[in-house]
Amino acid sequence: MIGTILLLAVLICGSTGGEIAMTYGMKATGEPARLRPKALLIFLGRAVCNGWFWVAIPLMAASFYALLVLLSWQPISFVIPSSTLSYVVGTLGAKYILKEEVNAARWAGVILVCAGVALVAIG
Amino acid sequence: MASERRLRIKTLVMVLAMVVCANVGDLMLKRGMTQIGVVKVSPSALGHAFWLTVTNPTIWIGILFLIGFMASYMTVVSWADYSYVMPAGAFGYAILTLLAVVFLHENVSAKRWIGVLLICVGVLLVGQTKPSTTTATDMQKVTA
Repeated sequence: MIGTILLLAVLICGSTGGEIAMTYGMKATGEPARLRPKALLIFLGRAVCNGWFWVAIPLMAASFYALLVLLSWQPISFVIPSSTLSYVVGTLGAKYILKEEVNAARWAGVILVCAGVALVAIG
Repeated sequence: MASERRLRIKTLVMVLAMVVCANVGDLMLKRGMTQIGVVKVSPSALGHAFWLTVTNPTIWIGILFLIGFMASYMTVVSWADYSYVMPAGAFGYAILTLLAVVFLHENVSAKRWIGVLLICVGVLLVGQTKPSTTTATDMQKVTA
């Protein structure tokens, strides 16, 4: 049980921390000139030269491996509902770290999505 | 106004690409990990499980789709808010349920339908907010 809780913590903190670091990096990189394959490849090439990308990758890798191990230990109907906490943690990160405007509608949406994903997974 | 419409459309397209890649990728990973079996926690067992994971073709197909997910995610957060993209990505759970009913003729429980409804309402609520509330300049100030 303690192992499952620890892995869930790695899964949630790793994925949210990694996504927030990635968002930092991508905002600093700037959006692609066009949504065409060549422009996207150039954009992705610029993105991997950003330091925040390399902060994000180990965090996401840790989260990914925690997910793989959790899926082999527990049913997907347990793993996915538990991991929906990352929506709340991620929204808090977006508000306080990325300084995004998270208004009431967005919070309500996030809470509904959390509850919905949990219900779909256990249903 | 036209630029805001364009922003919403391109955000929607990239979120859809994210959803498709993430769901196919997760499905392949689950299938691959089921082939591998239960992973025990000890240094040698974890090493062995790691070896089985990297030599499993189903896991690699899953990883390719997850790379596609990562590329579309990186692209969309270069202009849109993280708190907008993240819940919108959950729309995949609703699509998967609908696909299961239409193509696989699966019976879906009332609990699951309520979940789908909550996700759709949640995504609609988030979708009504502005896709981007920060600019690259704001972010450079934060990172400085």
